[in-house]
Amino acid sequence: MSVPRYWREIKYRYRLLGCMCKECGSVFFPRRHICLKCGSRDLEEVKLSERGRVVSYTVVRNPPKEYEKYAPYIVALIELGDGARILSQVVDCEPEEVHLGMEVEATFRRVREDGPSGIIEYGYKFRPVIS
Amino acid sequence: MKTAKTVGIVGYGAYIPRNRLKVSEISHVWGGGGAPIQEKAVADIDEDAVTIAVEAARYAVKRAGIDPREIGAIYVGTESKPYAVKPCGTIVAEAIGATPCVTAADYEFACKAGTEAFQTCMGLVSSGMVKYAMAIGADTAQGRPADALEYTAACGGAAFIFGLKNHRTLAYIEGSYSYTTDTPDFWRRSREPYPRHGSRFTGTPAYFHHIVGAVKGLMGELGYGPEDFDYAVFHQPNTKFPIKVAKMLGFPMDAIKPGLIVPFVGNTYAGSTLLGLASVLDVANPGDRILVASYGSGAGSDAFSLVVQDAISNDRRLDPAVSIFINRKRYIDYSLYARLRGKILT
Ligand SMILES: [Zn+2]
Repeated sequence: MSVPRYWREIKYRYRLLGCMCKECGSVFFPRRHICLKCGSRDLEEVKLSERGRVVSYTVVRNPPKEYEKYAPYIVALIELGDGARILSQVVDCEPEEVHLGMEVEATFRRVREDGPSGIIEYGYKFRPVIS
Repeated sequence: MKTAKTVGIVGYGAYIPRNRLKVSEISHVWGGGGAPIQEKAVADIDEDAVTIAVEAARYAVKRAGIDPREIGAIYVGTESKPYAVKPCGTIVAEAIGATPCVTAADYEFACKAGTEAFQTCMGLVSSGMVKYAMAIGADTAQGRPADALEYTAACGGAAFIFGLKNHRTLAYIEGSYSYTTDTPDFWRRSREPYPRHGSRFTGTPAYFHHIVGAVKGLMGELGYGPEDFDYAVFHQPNTKFPIKVAKMLGFPMDAIKPGLIVPFVGNTYAGSTLLGLASVLDVANPGDRILVASYGSGAGSDAFSLVVQDAISNDRRLDPAVSIFINRKRYIDYSLYARLRGKILT
């Protein structure tokens, strides 16, 4: 990802900001301009719930370039408390521990780095709920 | 040093990574004797001083129950900055939603960078320049393989938010005292991956001399003796030093035990004293008086006297106690540790 593109998305990735449809109340992440459910263009920025449940997952053992050092890692589709669905890595969890319905919460981690001299991209990942 | 208006702690938060390395694993590999601690916390492959600082800062904001936009200053004390140039504070400020009307910088004074930030925050709040100020101590400490430091260098941190003393503050600060000299007991030159230290030189003329100087100075200014404190927290580079300095100053074991987490976490450098204070705030009662004394190589010590307020009973159980992070762990072996801490060249 280019530095300007990463920079434009910082607050959404750091603070888990998505958008809510003012017509039907559906919540989306990442942000979008048209509601997937009712087609409305009236959406506003909202802070997403930081807790959710795993609804689907896979363990990545052959990762794409620049993600090699994190492997093996879990990627899960998570349904947040407010109904938004988000794709995220699940950390602090062994591949054999992850399961459907597992309660997870947002955490702040390194997502990617552009080699030893480039920018470090930070953002959300999820982990089993601490308390 | 006293502030013009009394300043208190509005909220605090801690974070310790989940990985633990038993010291016996290190002795097994390098054949060293002795066990300065039992085990130490190790950051995961995607954690660093910034992610630790953000975790602690988020818990502090939650516990404080304040709007993060009211935080006017954020200082991160660390000696494991992911960027040599680009402040950790900018990333923390953005992550907690304090930007853009906030001043942010990183502090450096070996293991006392976090308490250094305490004093700056106290001054800014007391003068009225900012409503709230946040001080963080967070590190992913490095020790050269087989060096004595490798047995204790650990990862973790804590964050504290300061505001003017009122019924919402969890504890207020009666005063602080700093004791600083040029003592080369431990250092790391630019571009060097690991620090060096003067071995035995790190004890008497360094750790003990400076902490005793700061604590005696503080007690002299406030007119207190060790018997006036319910708890004492000292910088914890190993298990022996804080116990010994407590004895030298006349504090009983009961006073330091609740804040003595180094046997199970290791030396989290700038996070060390702050995590100790957070552990004490987790269990302290209104009216208790707490002595805090950090130590930073190079060298100096900052001492503080705090009095716990009534608000602590309401606020402190909102978020995980330090003990929850201490007990949340998975053991790793030396080879995984070496990979996580970048000790294997690929
Ligand atoms: Zn809609």
